[in-house]
Amino acid sequence: MSRETGATRRLWKFHGGVHPPQHKEISTTLPVSAARMPARLVLPLHQHIGEPAEPTVAKGEKVLKGQMIARPQGYVSAPVHAPTSGTIADIGDYPVPHPSGLSAACMVIEPDGEECWMERQPIEDYTTLPPSELRNLIREAGIVGLGGAGFPAYIKYNPGHQKAIQTLILNGVECEPFITCDDMLMREAPGDIIGGLRVIQHALQARECLIAIEDNKPQAIAALRQAVAGYDDIEVVEVPTLYPQGSEKQLIKVLTGKEVPADGLALNIGVVCANVGTAAAVHRAINRGEPLISRYVTITGSAVGAPRNLDVLLGTPMRDLIEECDGDLGRIERLIMGGPMMGFALHRHDLPVIKTTNCILAATAKDLPPQRPELPCIRCGACADVCPVNLLPQQLYWYSKHHNLDKVQEYDLFDCIECGCCSYVCPSNIPLVQYFRYAKGDIWTQEREKEKSDIARRRHEFRQLRIEREKAERLAKRNRKKSALKADTAMAERDKKKAEIQAAIARTQARRQAAMKEAEKRRKSFGKEARGPMDETPQQPDNASDNERKE
Amino acid sequence: MLRVMIALIPGLAAYIWFFGWGITVNIAFAVTVAVAAEAVMLSLRKRPILPFLSDCSAIVTAILLAFAIPPLAPWWVTFIGVLFAIIIAKHLYGGLGYNPFNPAMVGYVVLLISFPREMTSWIPTLNFLPQELSFAQHAAFIFTGQLPAGLTIDALTEATPLDTLKTNLGLGNTVSEIKSQLGLDEATSMLLSVIPIFGLFGGKGWEWINVGFLLGGLWLIYKKVIGWQIPVALLGSLSAMSVLFYIFNPDQYASPAFHLFSGATMLAAFFIATDPVTAATSPTGRLIYGAGIGILMYIIRAWGGYPDSVAFAVLLMNMTVPIIDYYFKPRVFGRNGD
Repeated sequence: MSRETGATRRLWKFHGGVHPPQHKEISTTLPVSAARMPARLVLPLHQHIGEPAEPTVAKGEKVLKGQMIARPQGYVSAPVHAPTSGTIADIGDYPVPHPSGLSAACMVIEPDGEECWMERQPIEDYTTLPPSELRNLIREAGIVGLGGAGFPAYIKYNPGHQKAIQTLILNGVECEPFITCDDMLMREAPGDIIGGLRVIQHALQARECLIAIEDNKPQAIAALRQAVAGYDDIEVVEVPTLYPQGSEKQLIKVLTGKEVPADGLALNIGVVCANVGTAAAVHRAINRGEPLISRYVTITGSAVGAPRNLDVLLGTPMRDLIEECDGDLGRIERLIMGGPMMGFALHRHDLPVIKTTNCILAATAKDLPPQRPELPCIRCGACADVCPVNLLPQQLYWYSKHHNLDKVQEYDLFDCIECGCCSYVCPSNIPLVQYFRYAKGDIWTQEREKEKSDIARRRHEFRQLRIEREKAERLAKRNRKKSALKADTAMAERDKKKAEIQAAIARTQARRQAAMKEAEKRRKSFGKEARGPMDETPQQPDNASDNERKE
Repeated sequence: MLRVMIALIPGLAAYIWFFGWGITVNIAFAVTVAVAAEAVMLSLRKRPILPFLSDCSAIVTAILLAFAIPPLAPWWVTFIGVLFAIIIAKHLYGGLGYNPFNPAMVGYVVLLISFPREMTSWIPTLNFLPQELSFAQHAAFIFTGQLPAGLTIDALTEATPLDTLKTNLGLGNTVSEIKSQLGLDEATSMLLSVIPIFGLFGGKGWEWINVGFLLGGLWLIYKKVIGWQIPVALLGSLSAMSVLFYIFNPDQYASPAFHLFSGATMLAAFFIATDPVTAATSPTGRLIYGAGIGILMYIIRAWGGYPDSVAFAVLLMNMTVPIIDYYFKPRVFGRNGD
């Protein structure tokens, strides 16, 4: 492939990485075609990261193709649309593709075969719409990250109060073995991808756009280079093949040299990343008015006779797809959704394709050698050499194995992206990532427990406090009463004494007055000269009377 | 582990060339004892025997220990050393991956402390032996103590160059005096029946054994069986120390080349210190670990009580591994060394 004229873009490197066998060519020989319409479509309400959607139609109702049948609940959520016209046959729990193997709430549609679309409202000129309006439309279309994570896309396209977005990266790396759905999409629908890219670029007001594709996909690179000819601000960047380059943070490092902070988002350094499939879905949603109801899925593995990519309606049972590609269900030793590095095993064939199903790997022992017996870790450090996050998996393993949950966090367990490079190179066949997932689960459980016990403890403390307070109040009340009572008696005593004294005084005064009256009478009868000396007389009679009384 | 054994071949060849077939008898016997002990311990610990034996770690331990035992040491020396290494230093700590100390070095130190006479009686290079011993004669002596008629053990054994140097320095001689006495060309020294300790650049005979281990070790690094950090740091720090003191006082301290190409230097740098189980595990940690061994080796050789020092240096640094690993973690992606 000839590069574009001009200077080659400088690329950076991230630590580690591995080169697992690709197995990609087997599923790229046939062109993509639409998968056959299944008898029933099973649509889980939870196909994305965040809150599950909530049904807006009832069982038995007729729905049109593209009609919203479940609305998002909350900010981090996505709606579900009817992939075809038909009847809602059931709303209830069905098995879903999830590592737990559990069932979850689903809506079942019985297609009527009419493929009767609802009224579509394409946007004539998206540039006339404000970014927030575009984000709303993307949300309404139920678009989530189609690269595998399934995070509601509209949230990523909202820079919020962050600084301006410098770079929009379209991720066409597809580094995981076996998976070719992005490759085929880039080869066959580059126009859709560029259309979506322009919309996202407008929503973000991003200055430049880079489309990253690994050099093992020359046809995709050629197709996109042709499609971007004439756009100055879009560049198709060929990156050397290295797993896990498709991981957002690692890709950003390769293209910009910047590292997304461990506890931050790409947004924080002015970068937004989107998968090429997501961009194509955005194009269909905005420019054609079609919500996300189908996606490219790679059906591959040695148990499949004609491995290829199909354009699949969401909700289609995987078994139908495997059979459509001449698969032999009996030969499948491990059925994996995703790739061999990061995918997870499914325990039945009838699970529906969901928004994040990029690949169905119907593997035999030829594709994935059976797990060899685990040997002791010899701390050789091969895992640390390939870790793209630069962790020490050997130390994490040691501490997770011994349930030392504090230590694993000191060794940054939660920075692990679970890419599986460490397990891939381990000479002792230790499934390291499994240990790390388990330890993460343990810590989450522990934290939930702690939260619960914290609540219980707070409640208990509050109760204790209340009891104490009530006790104190009661005591205070009683004390008040007591002291009031005491005060009363003291008062009574004092009053009594006072009264006695008063009475005594009164008596004395009365007597004195009586004595004075007596003296007056006497003075009147004895004449004026007798007055002076008579002034002191009142004492005497008083004393005398006292004396008399005492006697 | 198979490639580690292949990488030992050049050093082994040089060893046989200079010291005769005794080493092969020792290796064969040590490996037999090690595998038997490993099997017994695995069965006692109720572990699957074949998968664990096939990791060959016991064999490598036995071979490394055999290299450290004098070629004419009686069988029971090897026997005790190997049993101690496999049973006590390895399995009692939980087996492969769990042993904090290098088993071969634990075995060696136990022997060196318990049987100093047997462990320091090396033979001189072959052309200074009164009579070259065949493989069978070696085996006969190791297992029965019988020497061919007319030979005594004292006539056969000699201290190693490092040992001789240490003894003579201890007697107050300078390096150049020792060199003039013991560094004569072969014809003269034979005439004077003095056994030379200096070769072209290192210890007599030992220099070529070290070159053999160096070649094997470089091949291991090239094949990515071992990392470059520990050997480079170990040899670097040993060179730095010896250059420093050699410049400071060449009469009292041997040259850097003598240190690098005598004793077990190269064996330690590429085969012993690189044991992943007991070494530090992060790249920076490994540099520090290797440098620590090099520095300790020099300190013990120059001022310690033993002529060579690999085992003590390795065991001492084994102790520091948990701390090194804790403090020298690599910078995690997106973090700024918090």
